[in-house]
Amino acid sequence: MKDRPPLIAPGYTSATVTDKISAVVLRGTPRWWFAAFGAAFLLVMLLLFTLGHLFLRGIGIYGVNIPVGWGWDITNFVWWIGIGHAGTLISAILLLLRQDWRNSINRFAEAMTLFAVACAAIYPVAHLGRPWVLYWLLPYPSTMGVWPQFRSPLVWDVFAVSTYATISLLFWFVGLIPDLATLRDRTRNRFAQIVYGILAMGWRGSARHWHNYESAYLMLAGLATPLVVSVHSVVSFDFAVGVVPGWHSTIFPPYFVAGAIFSGFAMVLTLAIPLRALFGLEDFITDRHLQNMAKVMLATGLIVAYGYLIEIFMAWYGDNRYDMYMSVNRMLGPYAFQFWSLIACNVIAPQVLWIKRVRRSPAFLFVIAIVVNVGMWLERYVIIVTSLHRDFLPSSWGMYSGTIWDYSTFLGTIGLFLALMFLFIRFLPMISIFEMRAILPEARAEEVKE
Amino acid sequence: MTRRQPHRLYGMMAEFATPGDLVAAAEAARSAGYRRMDAFTPFPIERLSEALGHRPSRVPMLVLIGGIIGALAGYGLQYWISAVTYPLNVGGRPYNSWPAFIPVTFEVTILVAGIFTVFGMLALNGLPTPYHPVFNVERFALASRDRYFLCIESKDPKFDEAATRAFLADLRPSGVFDVEP
Repeated sequence: MKDRPPLIAPGYTSATVTDKISAVVLRGTPRWWFAAFGAAFLLVMLLLFTLGHLFLRGIGIYGVNIPVGWGWDITNFVWWIGIGHAGTLISAILLLLRQDWRNSINRFAEAMTLFAVACAAIYPVAHLGRPWVLYWLLPYPSTMGVWPQFRSPLVWDVFAVSTYATISLLFWFVGLIPDLATLRDRTRNRFAQIVYGILAMGWRGSARHWHNYESAYLMLAGLATPLVVSVHSVVSFDFAVGVVPGWHSTIFPPYFVAGAIFSGFAMVLTLAIPLRALFGLEDFITDRHLQNMAKVMLATGLIVAYGYLIEIFMAWYGDNRYDMYMSVNRMLGPYAFQFWSLIACNVIAPQVLWIKRVRRSPAFLFVIAIVVNVGMWLERYVIIVTSLHRDFLPSSWGMYSGTIWDYSTFLGTIGLFLALMFLFIRFLPMISIFEMRAILPEARAEEVKE
Repeated sequence: MTRRQPHRLYGMMAEFATPGDLVAAAEAARSAGYRRMDAFTPFPIERLSEALGHRPSRVPMLVLIGGIIGALAGYGLQYWISAVTYPLNVGGRPYNSWPAFIPVTFEVTILVAGIFTVFGMLALNGLPTPYHPVFNVERFALASRDRYFLCIESKDPKFDEAATRAFLADLRPSGVFDVEP
């Protein structure tokens, strides 16, 4: 079997791995961090201002209207949730598949998931005409005696996204406990020691505890795997359960899940490439990691491309005039620019990943990752807007475009995501220290020794 | 049988530089008859659990129980709402429209199973533990970095300060420490 490059550059010991990763947290705040976090924080202020204006003036400030009742708001919701899915895939599914290369990327990928879900969760609230009665989506004993409609994907969404947020948070935090103990034991700052100490809950690396811990970690991975598939399937049901041409399609669940993994890995690459350069972590997030992520992106990109193809084929083969018009309208109608950009970004651009030289170049991968993220945003936009703007009855047709407030909300959520990411990399180890120790040659030698 | 007086120490701890040394030491201690002991490592070592004689973890059982509770609760809630307390005829669908109830049932199953996993694991481990005697040994801070420790508790019937110290020293550790309670 061909000799593969190691997952961790040679020459590291448990001590040096620990020191290198914890140094990022423990050595104080670099000056650029203040600038970066400050910029992101300003965008968070923009988000709060926008939401304030939204709740004051109502959803009319967005471009949505009849017939396009869902626009940038739901596009962004699905985009953010989709991005989150790669984190869970890396943490949970790659763990079950015993892919040790996940160990250096899973921590910040899971953090990415949490922050992406936080950004996504803003939109179900924001897009409501009456956000003050948001709680009606929850099954509580109301004075009016009414309850949520459980046959609706919008209610399924509430449960799916809440469960996903909770389980992701638990999975991420459980994974952090041993590393919080490491920081507790290494920091010189008394206040940090107390905070990390409280969060580490007295973890002492007891073998008995590790035994239960490993079991729990595996169980959580086993739970999170069907969860991630189900969550984006439920999100796809928001569309698939509707009757509008272009939405009412059984391919949506697998197509959306593949698309989520596609855009999620693109975002992981978008984060991993600058982070590893900034903090000198190329020994842990190696070329092999980047290549593997590129391959996953290529594979899921092909699945998404298949989804586009089969949709068009079925529209023609099914001989349904509405589906056929929907496909033709996407390609030649008023949103043709968005549609063809989407094809360029999601179908054409990722094909360069077949070339090994491209997969080996972090700069190239970074550009392609951004292109894919843009393409996946366009995909959700095209699905939502083109299907709504022209459905069965021509007299109901209309046009949609986003307003400045749509843009500012989106920009604001990007700011929220970045602000949370900057806080995360400043105060918590962005690579899982104990899992890196476990894949060192010295650790692995002990496991296989008889 | 008379109650033994509590020993002046919590136990005795040996420090090792490699995981292999620790596993060998744990096996030796178990062969020597020690039972009340624990090992401390910066990352999980499966062979160590075997060497210490740990039984399979009870976490999976808790996960199953949580999952069953979640499934019953999730489906039960929907059934009660849709078929008992406020039935609504929506497009002629049956009140107990079980296919539509599947997504929420599935999500609640995972949610409760996950909660049982995490909090069950913490409970089985007795966490949070604000205080533990092993932290009184200054070198123990390295247990979360690159050192491997074996601690034999004084509660063990075979524990004897001099004998146990000699036994631990025989295993060629980097150091032997008294663990104050």
